Amino acid sequence: MSANGKPKIAFFDFTSCEGCQLTVVDSLQDHPELLSAVEIVQFREAMSEKGEDYQIAFVEGSCTRQSDEARLKAIRQQASIVIALGTCAHLAGVNALKALHPLEEVRKYVYGDKWEWYETYDARPIEAVIPVDFAIPGCPIDRNEFIAVVKALLLGKKPPIPDYPVCVECRLKENVCMYTKGKVCLGPVTRAGCGAICPTYGSSCEACRGFITNPNQDSMKDVLAEAGLSVEDITAIYTMFTTYQVREKLLQKG
Amino acid sequence: MSKRIEVHHVTRVEGHGNIVVEVENGELKTCRFEVVETPRFFEAMLLGRPYHEASHITSRICGICATGHATASLRASEKALGVELSEQSWLLRKLTFHGEILDSHVLHVYMLVAPDFLGVGSVIPLVNSHPDVVLRALRMKKLAGDLCAMVTGRHTHPIAMTVGGFTHFPKMSELEAMRQRLIDSRKDVEATVELFSKLPWPEFERDTEYVSLSKPDEYAFIDGDILTSDGVRVPPERYKEVTNEFMVSHSTAKFTRNKRESLMVGALARFNNNYDLLHPKAKEAAAVLGMKPKVTNTFLNSAAQVVEIVHSTEDSIRIIEELLNRGVQPEEPAPIKHIPGEGVGVAEVPRGLLIHHYAIGEDGRITAANCIIPTNQNINNLEHDMRAWVPKVMHKPEPQMQLDLEMLVRAYDPCISCSVHVLKVQR
Repeated sequence: MSANGKPKIAFFDFTSCEGCQLTVVDSLQDHPELLSAVEIVQFREAMSEKGEDYQIAFVEGSCTRQSDEARLKAIRQQASIVIALGTCAHLAGVNALKALHPLEEVRKYVYGDKWEWYETYDARPIEAVIPVDFAIPGCPIDRNEFIAVVKALLLGKKPPIPDYPVCVECRLKENVCMYTKGKVCLGPVTRAGCGAICPTYGSSCEACRGFITNPNQDSMKDVLAEAGLSVEDITAIYTMFTTYQVREKLLQKG
Repeated sequence: MSKRIEVHHVTRVEGHGNIVVEVENGELKTCRFEVVETPRFFEAMLLGRPYHEASHITSRICGICATGHATASLRASEKALGVELSEQSWLLRKLTFHGEILDSHVLHVYMLVAPDFLGVGSVIPLVNSHPDVVLRALRMKKLAGDLCAMVTGRHTHPIAMTVGGFTHFPKMSELEAMRQRLIDSRKDVEATVELFSKLPWPEFERDTEYVSLSKPDEYAFIDGDILTSDGVRVPPERYKEVTNEFMVSHSTAKFTRNKRESLMVGALARFNNNYDLLHPKAKEAAAVLGMKPKVTNTFLNSAAQVVEIVHSTEDSIRIIEELLNRGVQPEEPAPIKHIPGEGVGVAEVPRGLLIHHYAIGEDGRITAANCIIPTNQNINNLEHDMRAWVPKVMHKPEPQMQLDLEMLVRAYDPCISCSVHVLKVQR
C-alpha cells in the first residue's frame, strides 16, 4: 500500500496489440472514480513515471520468447496479485496461431534469410511461465468486466468471471441464433461475460474468451459437422484464439 | 563534450522502443532508434486461414489502428476476389474509419504529446492542473469510440465489417443522435485547434519524401494511388516500387526508401500531398496553426493530426447526413466474383500508409500474405531526423536533451506493436 492507503497498481505488456490497455484507458473515461481509489505507478503506454513498488500487476500479452521469462518472474516476485489481462496473456490468443506451422518455416516466411536474428518460441499464456491469480478474458477485454474485477479486488472479493456459455447472454439480448441464420458459432462452448457482443453485431462467436470449464466439445463438433463443415473448417474456427488450449487438450489426451 | 543518452523504453508511445544517442567530443557517434518489441509473425499466421477470418485476425496487429488493419485486410480480399462494395457499404466503411482517425489522433495529441509541452509525465497530473483540457480530450475520445461502436460494435476490435460489406447496420435514430453529438463537438474541435496553435513547437526543418495515398475527388483514407511529394505515382499493386525495403547491418529494422535517403508517411505526408482536398474548415484550422504545404517540420505531424481531427469531424457529419437522406437498408455482403485471386488493399491509417497484400487459393484459404506498416516506413526517416536534431540540442543539459529526443520520437506517433513483423530484435 502507498502512504495514502491506496493499493498500487502497475500495467505491463508482452506480445500483444496493447488493445486491452487501451480498453482500460477507455474504461476509466466512464469510471474516473477508480483513479481516486488506486494509485497507478506504472503504465508505460500512458505515462512516463515508473514505480517498481506495486501490489497488483495487470499483464497484457503472451510470452513468446525465452528472454521475456525473467521479466515476467520479476513481476511475479513483486506483486501480491498478478492478473492476466486479455486473451493473449490468458490463453496465448492469436499469437498461438503460429504454432500451427513448423516454427522454422514461420520464421523464414516473415524474415527470410535473417530469420535467426529474431528470437521467438511457441506463444504461451503467462500462466505457463508464472502462477497467475486471476484472468480477465477477451480479445479485447470487456470494459464493464474490467471495472467489475477491479472493484471486486478492492473489496477483497473473487472477481466475477462467468463460467457459462455465451449463448446465455445471447438469448438475453434476444438475438436470432447464428445457426438459425445458417452460420456456425462457438457461443455454445465459449465463456460468457462479453454480452454476446459479436453475435449482437451479426458475427459468429470466435471463442476469444476461451472455453468454459466443461464444454461439450464432442457435441459441438457434431453440430459443426451437421452444418456441413469439413474437419479443416472446424479446425480453423476452433483455433483462431484457442490454438494453445486445443493443443494442450490434445496433448493431455494423447 | 561527451554524452550518452539511452532511453529504455520510450514512454507514451505504442510498443517498446529505445533511443540510443552517443556524442563524443561534440561529435555525434551513435544515433539509433531500437525496436525491442517481440516479433509477431502475423503474415505466417494468416497462411492457411479462410479469407473471411483475415480481417478479424489482422485487426489484432494493433489495438489503436484495429479498424485500419481490418479495412486494409478487407480491401485486399475484396480486390483479390472481385468484390464490388455497395454505395452504402462505402459510406459506412468511411464513417467508421473517420472514427478511428479521431480516436487515435485525440489520444496522441492530448494524452501522449501535450504533457511534454505542459511539463508533466502523463495526462494524469493534468486532471488537477488543466481539468478543462482533460475533460475535453476524454469527451472527444469517447465520441470517436462511440462513432466506431455505432457502425462496427466497437473500435478495438471491429466486429461488423466483413468481406463485401457489413453484418450489422446502424439505426436511423442512432445516426441522428451521432450527427447531433458531432455537431455539438465542433466547439471542442475549435478549442483543440486553438490550444495546439499556441504550443511552442520546436524549430526544426528537414525536407523528405512525403508518401501517401491520393484520390482525385477526396482526401484519401481508403484506396487510391500511392503518391509521393517527389512526383512518383503508382497504383497500389505496384507498392513495392515505393516501399522497397532494405536491411542495414547496424539497425534493428528493415528500412524503406524511394527517391531519397528516407521517406515519411502519416498525417503530415497526407497534409502535404492532399491539402487541396481537405474540408474548408480543416484548411481554416491549418491557417490558425500556421501551416501551409509543404510543411517540413516533423514536429508538426501532431499539428497535421489536429487538422485531420477537423476534417474527419466535418466529413463524418457529411456522411451521416447522406446516410440519413438515403436511408440505411440491411443488405447481404456483396458476392465474390472469382476465386482464386490476388489483391492489394491500401488505407491511410492514423500513422500513414498501410498495405495488405494477399493471395487466396481456390479453397478460399490464404496462400501468401504481406503487410507493410506505417511505423516501419517511418523509422528510417526518424533516424535521419535524429541525426539532424541532435546537433541542435546536444549543448543542453542531458534531461532536456533526452526530452527533446523523446518528443521527436513521439511526433511520429510510432506504433511499434504493428511494426515488429519486419524488425530485428537487437540486444
